[in-house]
Amino acid sequence: MSSVPADVQLPDPAAVLNAHSIEEIEEWMTRFPDEQKQSAVLAALSIAQHQNQGWLSTELMDAVAAKLEMAPIAVYEVASFYSMFETKPVGRNCVAICTNISCMLMGSDSIVEHVENKYGIKIGESTTDGRIFLKVEEECLAACSGGPMMQVNHVYHTKLTPQSVDEILDALD
Amino acid sequence: MSDDTINLTVDGKPLTAKRGQMLIEVTDRAGIDVPRFCYHKKLSVAANCRMCLVEVEKAPKPLPACATPVMPDMVVHTASKLARDAQKGTMEFLLINHPLDCPICDQGGECELQDVAMGYGSGASQYTEGKRVVFDKYIGPLIATEMTRCIHCTRCVRFGEEIAGIRELGATGRGENVRIGTFIEKSVVSEVSGNVIDICPVGALTARPSRFSARSWELSQQPSVSPHDSVGSNVFVHMDGSTVNRVIPRENEAVNEVWIADRDRFSYQGLDSKDRLSSPMVRIDGKLVECDWSTALAASAEILKSNSQDLGVLVSPSITVEELYLSQKLARALGTNNVDHRLGQLDFFAQDVAPVMPWLGMQLNDLETLDAALLVGSNIRKDQPIAALRLRKSALKGGAISFINPREFPLHFEASVSIATRYDHMVSELYCVARAAGADISSMADVPQLDPSDKHQQIADALKEGERSAVMLGNISVQHPAYAQLQYLGSAIAQATGATLGMLPERANTAGAWLSGAVPHRGAGGMALPADQSPGKTALEMLDNAMQAYLLIGCEVEFDAARPAYALKSLAAAKDVVAISSYMSESLQEHASVILPVATFTEVYGTYVNATGSWQSARGTTQPPGDARPSWKVFRVLAQELQLDGFSYDTPEAVTKELQGHCASVTLSNITQFSNAPGFQAPSSDALLRAGETPMYATDPIVRRSQPLQKSMDGKQAFAVMSNAQASQLSIAEGDDVSVRQNGTAVSLPAKLDNSVPDGCVWVPSGLPETRALGDLFGAVEVSKA
Repeated sequence: MSSVPADVQLPDPAAVLNAHSIEEIEEWMTRFPDEQKQSAVLAALSIAQHQNQGWLSTELMDAVAAKLEMAPIAVYEVASFYSMFETKPVGRNCVAICTNISCMLMGSDSIVEHVENKYGIKIGESTTDGRIFLKVEEECLAACSGGPMMQVNHVYHTKLTPQSVDEILDALD
Repeated sequence: MSDDTINLTVDGKPLTAKRGQMLIEVTDRAGIDVPRFCYHKKLSVAANCRMCLVEVEKAPKPLPACATPVMPDMVVHTASKLARDAQKGTMEFLLINHPLDCPICDQGGECELQDVAMGYGSGASQYTEGKRVVFDKYIGPLIATEMTRCIHCTRCVRFGEEIAGIRELGATGRGENVRIGTFIEKSVVSEVSGNVIDICPVGALTARPSRFSARSWELSQQPSVSPHDSVGSNVFVHMDGSTVNRVIPRENEAVNEVWIADRDRFSYQGLDSKDRLSSPMVRIDGKLVECDWSTALAASAEILKSNSQDLGVLVSPSITVEELYLSQKLARALGTNNVDHRLGQLDFFAQDVAPVMPWLGMQLNDLETLDAALLVGSNIRKDQPIAALRLRKSALKGGAISFINPREFPLHFEASVSIATRYDHMVSELYCVARAAGADISSMADVPQLDPSDKHQQIADALKEGERSAVMLGNISVQHPAYAQLQYLGSAIAQATGATLGMLPERANTAGAWLSGAVPHRGAGGMALPADQSPGKTALEMLDNAMQAYLLIGCEVEFDAARPAYALKSLAAAKDVVAISSYMSESLQEHASVILPVATFTEVYGTYVNATGSWQSARGTTQPPGDARPSWKVFRVLAQELQLDGFSYDTPEAVTKELQGHCASVTLSNITQFSNAPGFQAPSSDALLRAGETPMYATDPIVRRSQPLQKSMDGKQAFAVMSNAQASQLSIAEGDDVSVRQNGTAVSLPAKLDNSVPDGCVWVPSGLPETRALGDLFGAVEVSKA
């Protein structure tokens, strides 16, 4: 239980979240008892992140806190805990290459190296044109049969080779 | 033996415990040492540090004592090889990322990590890899952070959530990247934030004002009592030689548990302020000059003697009962009853029927178990922070705590009904509650034609249904222009609902001042005045129209008085002003004829009577600066100079004893038996009104001079606060300079928009240098864009 501290001024959710996000968050809130609406925080944060090109600003997190009547720090805790949330600006296309054991045995290291060289960025960084974000070393995405694999903007790509990676990434906007 | 009691064996010792108790509580009580970091008796169990692992027979692995409920016939070994190995292993992991900066760490010497590492750790580290470093964020002027030292016990996080009720610190990140902090750069706002300094087991959170100034083993410690609110929190004063280095809580379950407010903790920073008086002064040719004591005392005696026919004696309710008692004794020996401590009060209608002293009506821990309460004119969270922590516990247990206030104050719990209204409507609101409760208010004249609404009924029903319920009047009620009406209605509601009527005395010694006789209409112990004497003037009467001479004791009228503008005019018009004070102030600089410098908090023996009527004495532990002297000695010599008998005390304790003698037959009650009820005053008009309070860091001279407190969020109060609607009506925007005008004087304040202030009101606090030129705290006001 942690409600909004009375001394904290939070933004009006409607001024920060767009109508679509609010609608989705409210749909999620119907799935939990009213006094436990904070259970919707994970969903709300991913909706908020989606509206903001893949990252959560403090303002967005505060809006989620206001919407779910949570202490803002409790929202920051969740957002900073899960690797699916970014709290700093990142490139608009999220590229997550699995480096867990199956993919590693299938050569994911060379895929990572290939992408790093291709864009001149390290894992965890974004390209300066804001096009590609190479997400932190990703853990198992449960597609071991297709390793090495990666997830680009929520879409799985399996049995990667440097050539197929180039094709997929070059096709991004 | 009841079913609830079970037997267990710890380290071969047979012990009994209550079923369901955690093992660590049992070992703590039995004096068996189990190391711990995250466990704290006042906080929930987190079991995340793993330091308290012990061996329990028949359990396959060591178990954390803090999260293991005792079971019948449990056999525990806290120091077996298994337990010791587990503890040593935990210690090794905890130290992996902890820096070896003990020599420059403020916690060094009183550090739980240091102590436990010494007792349970290994002499050398096997860890050769890099340690993690955490960059600090500024979290305000009170708490210094060095988060690289943090071991993530989360005591501070749990304190915020569970005790302070404001979750400001959290554990962000994951795994090795976990950090305790605010995540974003912000000052913490809790009025009890300093407690995290005490509960932090390492040097991650330390006191910023005393940072790098002393080693804990060089400090000496003396018990004392905080002189800032009517809780009377027990503290230890830590001294570095003869200066106060810091103040920390002293555990007293009946008073402050283990906590103190930031005001109690950091006020000492005001003791050494630049305007501290260290020499007596007299005014010669219009200029105040330093002089010796005999000159100053002779001059004072001359003034007091020659003006005794028209002398006003004003005392601060924040000084000790000894000083209060001697003040009124001196006034009466000089033949005047013009003595008062109620500087901020406007309505004295009920003074004759008032109980002998205002008190809470219950013990402090009873605040934790209320089923219902109605607080009238109280910002309890800021005015009596430690009492508010207790009241919060009632609210968390489902108690219905309601408020009638001139503003919606931020709370750390959910109020049942919160009525925030223009101050002149507070009486009507309370009247409606009284009606809803079926209270007998027949003796009140001119009652309004108002019918209670659902919210009033809800408050009344909760008070009635609650087995333990209370109606309490707070600081704002006392300052309210219709205080007597609030008292009358509050009293009637309490009687009709079976609730206890409680007062939250405004200052540390408000209760003590009443007992000491520092009121114009009663003597010490609440005794009636001798038959041939009539009551003296109230503080308001003394200050509204100039008297020939004033004797000011510990008070600063420009901040304490109900109408500072009038008070300053009266001081200016008086022939002479004698001040017994610890500090110089602008008004003394301008108007004092003689100033006698005296000792203050930590420097002199003195007693405070708290809200429950408990007398708490503290010894002087440091030396007053220069020629400043304890005031009981000043009174003794002054009386000698005036050839008055009865002041030749050998010790200050003799003063206490004498006063206690007068108070021997005092019985506490809050029921005010009105012989004639105050008439109802309808809200006057729709004119724009000023409302306000004395903010928590403006309550007494010491606090007003504590820079760290003044720089904190609660210290910054010099604003004209109004609702968005009110501001747009006046064409004022956030941050605009606005002119606030009362009785012909105007001050300029920045505007702040906040919808917690009701429409029709502008919130302008008193007790601040910026607002001292104004008049009534509650009254008409003109506000315009400057």
